[in-house]
Amino acid sequence: MTILEFEKPLYDIQSKIDELKQLSESSGVDMSKEIQNFEKQAENFKQELYANLTPNEKILIARHSDRPNFLDYMEMMTTDFIELHGDRHGTDDRAIIGGIAQIGDEKVVVVGTQKGKNTKENLVYNFGMPQPQGYMKALRLFYHANKFNLPIVTLIDTPGAYPGIKAEEIGQGIAIAENLREMSKLEVPIVAVITGEGCSGGALGLAVANSVLMLEHAYYTVISPEGCASILFRDANLASKAAEALKITAKDLLEFKLIDGIVKEPLGGAHHNPQEMADNLKTAVLGEIKRLKKLSKEELKASRYDKFRRMGAFCS
Amino acid sequence: MTLTDWFQTRKESQIARRSTETQIDDNISKLWLKCFGCNSQLLRKDVEENMHVCPKCGYHFRINARERIRELVDEGTFKELFNNIQTTNPLDFVDTENYTSKIDKAKAKTGLNEAVITGVGKINGYEVSLAVMDFDFMGGSMGSVVGEKVTLAMEEAVKRNIPMICVTASGGARMQESALSLMQMAKTSCAVGKLDEAKILYITVLTEPTFGGVTASFATLGDIIIAEKDARIGFAGRRVIEQTIRQSLPADFQTANYLMNYGQVDLISERKDLKKNISDIIRLHTK
Repeated sequence: MTILEFEKPLYDIQSKIDELKQLSESSGVDMSKEIQNFEKQAENFKQELYANLTPNEKILIARHSDRPNFLDYMEMMTTDFIELHGDRHGTDDRAIIGGIAQIGDEKVVVVGTQKGKNTKENLVYNFGMPQPQGYMKALRLFYHANKFNLPIVTLIDTPGAYPGIKAEEIGQGIAIAENLREMSKLEVPIVAVITGEGCSGGALGLAVANSVLMLEHAYYTVISPEGCASILFRDANLASKAAEALKITAKDLLEFKLIDGIVKEPLGGAHHNPQEMADNLKTAVLGEIKRLKKLSKEELKASRYDKFRRMGAFCS
Repeated sequence: MTLTDWFQTRKESQIARRSTETQIDDNISKLWLKCFGCNSQLLRKDVEENMHVCPKCGYHFRINARERIRELVDEGTFKELFNNIQTTNPLDFVDTENYTSKIDKAKAKTGLNEAVITGVGKINGYEVSLAVMDFDFMGGSMGSVVGEKVTLAMEEAVKRNIPMICVTASGGARMQESALSLMQMAKTSCAVGKLDEAKILYITVLTEPTFGGVTASFATLGDIIIAEKDARIGFAGRRVIEQTIRQSLPADFQTANYLMNYGQVDLISERKDLKKNISDIIRLHTK
């Protein structure tokens, strides 16, 4: 596992404790009390470290190459996931994957952005950056859910919609815009989860949901901190400053009433214990689906609309 | 002195001389402007009297929202609405400058409260609800206020059962309000859904430039999408794409013509024809 820069003190302490243990064993001197004490202190330090992460440190966790991706979650939290391919207009974008599955006792349509764990995989999944056809595929699956009255679950982890020549020619803007509009018309419960990076319109294109959740260390923003730094701060190296200014953490978004809840991550982040993460996520998603299923079609649509209608900060 | 040294000295003295010569009198630069289309030196007055279109090559200069409303709406019929909605600084955002002071400067520069003017008026006799964006106000960026005013204008169209017209000019979502701006994309697009349900005719006019979060929301959701001649329209900016794919882009990339060739806009209109085009479209949808 890649150790992040800010986690290094933690691993240094751990290796010192291990050394002490070895020394104690080889020399036969009983140091168990000291070791226990150190371990307790190390644990406190760890708890404190991860409870007080800066936005920039959260970004590093959200982008960690070992962070569970969409297909990992399908494996860990669903049964009978059947992938449904293609936009029906000539393309099967790999950055957005969708299908039907069962989560607990709920049969659902699942759609999400897919990132690779290494360069080879990332070339296949385009680093989780969808082409317009990805959004078109998602929309086709949303209509499918609507027809068969299946709740929709979307998992989002994307650095943004892909900026490329073909994407512009096919209409990246239109593809996202149509998803935003059409999602507001759907008559089934929609639960969206930002599992890692939630960058800009590329993330929002799957997130006009009744319930929008964020994993504890995920981030959600209008522009990547790097992009913001180079445009507004006129220096791409000021990304960490931009990350602070943009208020991108789950806690920030909840305060601004832009999301509906935060899903706790295992200590150190999802990649430290993927199964625990998947279990937490499954519980949270199932809870939201059960809550939303009590609403009528009209109520689902109206409450989703009203929620987004109220977003914004201004005075009059 | 070698020959290359001689050239170098000459070049340096030329550069030095040129930089002192180019101290242009400010009053002259106010009188003249250079056409982006044909590079001609034009009298500003000639351009202004020609709807801000180059009299020589027909290049369409960018115009502000007040000017646009003057050109589109029947004289004396425009009634501005929702101008009371004001921007705050919800994130206490500071980059090279405080967001609040940026807003104040933009207000002073444009005489507007925000990057969009909304209201109702008549276009060749047809009553419409209008949202006209102004690029001079912080790049026409969409924050909470722009999103709210556009949405209110759409709700006004539903209430009065009249067509909705959006004239866009924007660099995209306003970064200084971060996720609050992002959600304006959702809010305005959902409002278009309400126009659909009420069977309201929604016409968007994409003008120079329309990008980012505005392209990826209400701008491209029109029942009829008109691009003004010479407008550049896209999702990602040219520089971002060049940096991502590491190759240079075709010269006409993201121009109105380019978009039309790829099936993304219904028609391209010259500025002088825009008013008639809009009222003709409305007429053909009226019983």
